[in-house]
Amino acid sequence: MSISVGYYPGCSGSGTSVEYDKSTRAVCKKLGIELHEIDDWSCCGSTPAHTVNHTLSAALSARNLVLAAKQGQEEVVTPCPSCLANLRTASHKIEDEEYRPKVEALLDESCEEAASVASTLQLIIERVGIDAIKKAVVKPLKDLNVACYYGCIMNRPPELMKFDDPENPMAMDKIMEACGATVLPFPLKVECCGAAAGMPKKNIVTELSGRLLEVADSLNTEIIVTACPLCQMNLDLRQGQVNRANGKSYDIPVVYFTQLLGLALGLSAEEVGLSKLVVDPTPRLRFADVL
Amino acid sequence: MRIGVFICHCGSNIAATVDCPAVAEQAKGLQDVVFTTDTMYTCSEPGQNEIIEAIKEHKLDGVVVASCSPRMHEATFRRALERAGLNRYMLEMANIREHVSWIGKNKERNTVKAFELVSIAVAKLRNNNPLYANKFDVTKRVLVIGGGVAGIQAALDCADAGYQVVMVEREQSIGGKMAKIDKTFPTVDCSSCILGPKMVDVSQHENITLYALSEVEKIEGYVGNFDVQVRKKATYVNWDECTGCGACMEKCPSKKNIDKFNEGISKCTSINIPFPQAIPKKAAINPEGCLMLQKGKCGVCAKVCPTKCIDFEQKDEIITEKVGAVIAATGYDMFDHSVYKQYGAGQYPDVITSLQYERLMNASGPTGGHIIRPSDGKEPKKVVFVQCVGSRDPSVGRPYCSGFCCMYTAKQAILTKDHIPDSDSYVFYMDIRSPGKGYDEFTRRAQEQYGVQYLRGRVSMIYPKGDRYVVRGSDTLAGTQVEVEADLVVLAVGAESAKNAPALAEKMRISYDNYGFFMEAHPKLKPVETNTAGVYLAGSCVGPRDIPTSVGQGSAAAAKVMTLFSKDKLESDPQVSSVNTSRCIGCMKCATTCPFGAIKEVTDRAGNVKAEVIETVCQGCGICTVTCPQGAIQLQHFTDNQILAEVNALCQAQLDF
Amino acid sequence: METIPLNSPDREFIREVQERSGQNVLACYQCGNCTAGCPYNFAYDLSVSRVMRLVQLGQREAVLKSHSIWLCATCQSCTTRCPNSIDVAKIMDVLRHMAREAGYATERNVKAFGDAFLESVEKHGRVYELGVTATYIRKTGRFWTDVDLAPAMLPKNKLSIKPHEIRGKEHVSEIFKRFRERDAVKENS
Repeated sequence: MSISVGYYPGCSGSGTSVEYDKSTRAVCKKLGIELHEIDDWSCCGSTPAHTVNHTLSAALSARNLVLAAKQGQEEVVTPCPSCLANLRTASHKIEDEEYRPKVEALLDESCEEAASVASTLQLIIERVGIDAIKKAVVKPLKDLNVACYYGCIMNRPPELMKFDDPENPMAMDKIMEACGATVLPFPLKVECCGAAAGMPKKNIVTELSGRLLEVADSLNTEIIVTACPLCQMNLDLRQGQVNRANGKSYDIPVVYFTQLLGLALGLSAEEVGLSKLVVDPTPRLRFADVL
Repeated sequence: MRIGVFICHCGSNIAATVDCPAVAEQAKGLQDVVFTTDTMYTCSEPGQNEIIEAIKEHKLDGVVVASCSPRMHEATFRRALERAGLNRYMLEMANIREHVSWIGKNKERNTVKAFELVSIAVAKLRNNNPLYANKFDVTKRVLVIGGGVAGIQAALDCADAGYQVVMVEREQSIGGKMAKIDKTFPTVDCSSCILGPKMVDVSQHENITLYALSEVEKIEGYVGNFDVQVRKKATYVNWDECTGCGACMEKCPSKKNIDKFNEGISKCTSINIPFPQAIPKKAAINPEGCLMLQKGKCGVCAKVCPTKCIDFEQKDEIITEKVGAVIAATGYDMFDHSVYKQYGAGQYPDVITSLQYERLMNASGPTGGHIIRPSDGKEPKKVVFVQCVGSRDPSVGRPYCSGFCCMYTAKQAILTKDHIPDSDSYVFYMDIRSPGKGYDEFTRRAQEQYGVQYLRGRVSMIYPKGDRYVVRGSDTLAGTQVEVEADLVVLAVGAESAKNAPALAEKMRISYDNYGFFMEAHPKLKPVETNTAGVYLAGSCVGPRDIPTSVGQGSAAAAKVMTLFSKDKLESDPQVSSVNTSRCIGCMKCATTCPFGAIKEVTDRAGNVKAEVIETVCQGCGICTVTCPQGAIQLQHFTDNQILAEVNALCQAQLDF
Repeated sequence: METIPLNSPDREFIREVQERSGQNVLACYQCGNCTAGCPYNFAYDLSVSRVMRLVQLGQREAVLKSHSIWLCATCQSCTTRCPNSIDVAKIMDVLRHMAREAGYATERNVKAFGDAFLESVEKHGRVYELGVTATYIRKTGRFWTDVDLAPAMLPKNKLSIKPHEIRGKEHVSEIFKRFRERDAVKENS
């Protein structure tokens, strides 16, 4: 079975979350998913756009869905929940016959033909499936205690995202279990990490990410697994800032689910971009005999 | 025919937007109308006397009253006609209040519409015939469905009045929710101490037959003459012989059954008596847990039973009872809080329901009345109560207030302090609803004397942290977020309709609301009656009720039954279908569409198949009349001729005012 | 504290919030669940439920001048858990739009970051992360922003020194241009 979809990497995929993009592509290849990167895709507008204006935000996102459709893709996946939320919202707005002309006016082109959008996480769990993943695992992550952290918008609001449970999502938990890891019952799966406040209001991130790290630490989490570039950055890159602000000394690696999944599927540390992480996971992975 | 027309002003209710004298004047021109007048209040005593005098003076044989809805005063005016010697069905009403004056402001157009309605009524009345009711016998026995406190009260009142009562209880013991509760608010008296004697009275009353672990399978018939089928479920114990000694429970090796009576906070044996005060105090086997019934190996209970009453071969039994009235007192169920994933979806051992907490506090409960955490058996020092879990929450389909949670939560918080003096209690609430005698004082006492910390706001999230639980809520009075680390969290789960309530409602042919609660005949004036004659309601099957209200309703329903049984014969409503046998071709289509099974097949003297209406069963819905290809079946008082006359009148009414 | 004059609520404000958000603010019964679940509450000057209450009371100034509406990250906790299914996050978003349009920016840095981000998108078609940081620092004068991250960040060699220019960058910048042209005309979100 081969799956072929359009791919929207998102801006951070060629910057701060380059390892997410790399491991996503590698994992998909391994699982028989063909990703066709949308040619000449542009930024979805992210949080700043929707905080300025909903139509502007929809137009910036819709450009990519229209582009994908022109390139023959009915369906686009993206690894980034923030891109997903923007693209999905735009998709809803251009389906609304009354709203569409407003978007078209900014875009100066028709939005009638546009691709739909989902997350790569949803694609992997729904189209590849847990059984297929289990079969494909060659390097089980046994003896590894992980906590899956989904972030606030992968599943919310449920009416828009229509994927998994909004309060207790399980998609990554199931994938990690299928890879042989021990998944801890992390109660703050959908609590916000501080999002894009890192630069303008650092104290927000150090407070909120601090709460997440505290609970993860209390569960003896060895690795936090994420699916969001912003969550990963706040918890990993800013872990030092969190420690300094709160007088703590956490040292918990924060990896993308595609990185651990990739290792379990037999990809190398290089192929999943492990070296790009700030808090180094390799000691724990070596101890668990994954590397 | 000589018809009189009375136009009511209803004070200014009608007269403000309808020219009543003009309508009366115009009505004089209608066919057969010999007298018209307009009066201030037709329903008043002088108003009724005016009708009676006019009937005598003008030799009227039919009357039209144009006033309010017939639901309001049809019975009043029918009685007035009867006092004047006319048949009650020679009255027609035109509703010129709800259908005219209250809904339109244009006086001119209202006056035209009022006259049109009057002319319709006159046209129908010209086709009316006197109708007479038949009389039939009443079976003076009553079925009480549900043995909670409402049903118990209803059964005892009826039995004490000398009537035979059949009580059907779904669970193994009567007592309902009240039997599980530790103490009652606001008096803090022991629940089972006040309920227990009533339960014993039920078991000992010579007029009460109790079927426990039984369900109503089918109800047929009509007021005064219901045929009821009861399914008595297999208990695998011969209850005539069982003494309730409990020897079987001591020896049963299968000890891991979910203890339903204790709300799942403890386990019980497969053969079990749910609690020491159970009525009937008889053992029953849970077939799912029984090794003998599942695997054919064991039989220890049969060996130790001193009266040899274990019967593994027992089957369900169907029992038939004849009764004249039914009281539904089927109570409610607790809301299943597992939909609140943000509260742990039932997966956190120390986040429990309020009813589970009652069992923890109850001296005859599994902990002997010691409040401990289910997870580790430790005594909790910080207890958080979360109100409105499954109440006033449209997002989970429960927009209504369950009414009693504010009170039981205050009681539980007070009792927590009594049990554990060095504990702190917190109550998250949205509004305190305590409109009962001594109720509000009670919630104040919780705060002022027991120091319970009340926080006005919902809880957004509960999550474990170490061996405690973080409860994150808001205090909208302080205007911000609050957090408590709790040892134990009690969710004040709301009430929802009893499982399968709609199915039972359909068996009784009564209505139920969107949430499965049974509908009263009138929410204010007929709170324990239903729209099906002979079926009455008591307690929380109508909506969440506390104990005093449930008991009051039990007595009220019993009083209604006694009123019904005070007559030896009942009158049937003559507004039922009747078959013109000369037109009927015996196709029996009417019988297949009748929702009440009121049409039977008969053979006439010539051997032809004909339909016949069982008058006492027919509810007068009229479905058969539109089904009949021959127009042979007609609903009395709503015949085709009467309805067509009304339509004609409406189409012809043309006038200028 | 201030007395809120109830005789003259700004009904136009209530209407505009309702119309632009598509939400019925009267459905809010002030249970405080949004505040209870708001991760950002600790940084707010007005809790979310108070913002909702002040909208119900037609208090335009108090709401649009609040810091909270700028700090909300649209994490959707309030929207997901509102018992009355009000999209509270969307209302917060709309209030932010209205505040911007009315020239309020009580959280200058948050606004500056958003502006820097969008300027980058407008210029290159995609976000140029180093460029955003530079613009942000220029706008705010906060030269020490995240310099403590440099030792961890730089060896990872993640941030491109040059922006990723796309062929369609003109198309993207025209979206912004057209938006500004019609921005004079009030639009409903």
